[in-house]
Amino acid sequence: MKDMFLAAWAYRYFIFSSIKNELRLRFIRSKLGALWMVIHPLMQVLIFATILSEVLSAKLPGVESKHAYALYLMAGILCWTLFAETISKCLTLFIESGNLMKKMAFPRICLPLIAAGTMIVNNALLLLAIFGVFAVMGHFPPMQVLWLPVLILLTISFAMAIGLLLGVLNVFMRDIGQVVPVILQAMFWLTPIVYSIGILPERLQRLFQFNPLYPLVASYQNVLLFGRPPMWSELLTLVIASVAIAAVALVVFRRASPEMVDAL
Amino acid sequence: MSGEMRVDRVGKAYRVWNSEWMRAASWFGLPVQPSEEHWVLRDVSFTIAPGEAVGVIGQNGAGKSTLLKLITGTSQPSEGRITRTGRVAAILELGMGFNPDLSGRQNAFHSAGLMGYSQEQIEQAMPAIEAFAEIGEYFDEAVRTYSSGMQVRVAFAVATAFTPDLLIVDEALSVGDSYFQHKSFDRMRRFREEGTSIMLVSHSMSDVKALCDRAILLERGRVIRDGLPDEVVDYYNALVAKKENESLSVDQRRTKQGWVVTRSGSGEAKVVSLRLVDAGTGREVAVAKVGQALRLELDASVEHAIAHLVLGFMIRDKQGHVVWGSNTWHTGQVESDLARSERVRYTLHFTCRLGPGSYSVSPALVSSETHLVDNFEWIDNLLVFDVMNADEPMFIGSNWLDARFAIERNPSVPASSPNRGEVP
Repeated sequence: MKDMFLAAWAYRYFIFSSIKNELRLRFIRSKLGALWMVIHPLMQVLIFATILSEVLSAKLPGVESKHAYALYLMAGILCWTLFAETISKCLTLFIESGNLMKKMAFPRICLPLIAAGTMIVNNALLLLAIFGVFAVMGHFPPMQVLWLPVLILLTISFAMAIGLLLGVLNVFMRDIGQVVPVILQAMFWLTPIVYSIGILPERLQRLFQFNPLYPLVASYQNVLLFGRPPMWSELLTLVIASVAIAAVALVVFRRASPEMVDAL
Repeated sequence: MSGEMRVDRVGKAYRVWNSEWMRAASWFGLPVQPSEEHWVLRDVSFTIAPGEAVGVIGQNGAGKSTLLKLITGTSQPSEGRITRTGRVAAILELGMGFNPDLSGRQNAFHSAGLMGYSQEQIEQAMPAIEAFAEIGEYFDEAVRTYSSGMQVRVAFAVATAFTPDLLIVDEALSVGDSYFQHKSFDRMRRFREEGTSIMLVSHSMSDVKALCDRAILLERGRVIRDGLPDEVVDYYNALVAKKENESLSVDQRRTKQGWVVTRSGSGEAKVVSLRLVDAGTGREVAVAKVGQALRLELDASVEHAIAHLVLGFMIRDKQGHVVWGSNTWHTGQVESDLARSERVRYTLHFTCRLGPGSYSVSPALVSSETHLVDNFEWIDNLLVFDVMNADEPMFIGSNWLDARFAIERNPSVPASSPNRGEVP
């Protein structure tokens, strides 16, 4: 395991330049460049905000601002976008790099690291845009927002652990690539992003709390909106789960690496 | 710094599993067996000594690409060990990982990074890469605007920017224009002089002969010949012919002068004798003079009735390069309907326009323009003769062009086309 990370360290220049290139390519290919990555989730927020808050006149307890619902949505979407996009990216990571892996000898661990780096940069851009919208709406995040980097790190680690495992398995079992988007879709609605967990019946609430994403999304909402600290005790379980999944994923990645090239 | 490689009883199997879950179980050390194993390489052993250049040849499906993947490390052997020392550079596919929207320079940075070099190392090498690619201002344009030749130039320049200890090349030299081919060949020769070991996988037998000290012939995943390039290449050619028509035999021996005589064929027609004689006296010649009028006389016997008979001659120099070759199919002199035990005498008249050196004649009795349809008998290097220069002014090369210098001091008329061959 150690040699894997030593190899990645030796290739650090390649990893950074690859992340840089991915960003650069976005600007070369389309006029609005990286803006598109931000427009997409913000558009989602706009649609949900319009339909759910205006049409269904959803009420959000605990936030006084006029645009409370839009703010609430954005906090959740920020977390969800990072989680879902990272998993989708990892899912096809090895399949899309198949040709490269067949022709060039380089540490394979570089590929997920590049993916993770790109995702963090994308998410940082979305965060900036969201802060911009916050400012326009007259909302300034409370002091607890300083916890946000930790939460982002937790989200990406959790997503990468799952993504790496699924990405490797997807090389051999392509059905996984078809199933995962469906599951992600379901998870989006099972996580309190567009609604508040408080509106659910009590029995369901307890059930929903088993969703590993729930404490993450709720913590995002806490630090961005409500001025409450993250839900540390619930997050601890997530950290342990992340470490366990990451360990399994790395073992599978390591064992499967020699066979991956043959199956691609 | 020495690039050495030891391939020890290496094999590669592609495994087929009944269920992918069983494959997954095998990663965790559970005792599950794959349902099928396809061995594409088995028991392959050889070494490449520091500074040695080795060519790997073989037909499609012989296992060349798999061997290459194992050696470069993109794929892992199922059994055996491969040990390498020094920095390995592999050119398996030029322009691999190039992004069409990035410029040549950005792609060069990216590719060199993929080879594991740091930013400072790449920045240092960049002027040399740019100079070697010779594509001018295009270097900072998007690769999508390049011609395929330009892309190859950049890719080769990057791949060889850092002198490796072991260079692995796959067919890469067969692309690009001839100027660039020469240039890349020169670079590989220079690497050799600097002590780089080279492994070349190629379909081009002349590349293997020109660049390699040794050749390895793969057939059905095994090494069947490992030796001097001309010997192995001739054996390979005979083997290709044998594949096409079954009842052939191949046998090979080395003469006292060091030429390898490879005889193959079905034996339906046979070479009885081959002589090189002076056109005037008719006396046999072992050492020919530059400019001498000569005759090659070949007697063939027909062992079984055959519909068509074609004779081909090939003259090669000591390095195995073909100097001249043709056959009676091309000249429109195909003999038809030959009965058993007929005799045919062929005479080839020619002037010895060869440079000084040793040459060999390889005759082939076939039925059409190639030996792949019917190969009655093909004998590599059956006759060997030397050429010496007695009467002409000293010259080098394998060709006597009968060229004459004309010299004019202080010429009044300037050269007709000033752009061509002018000394800068």
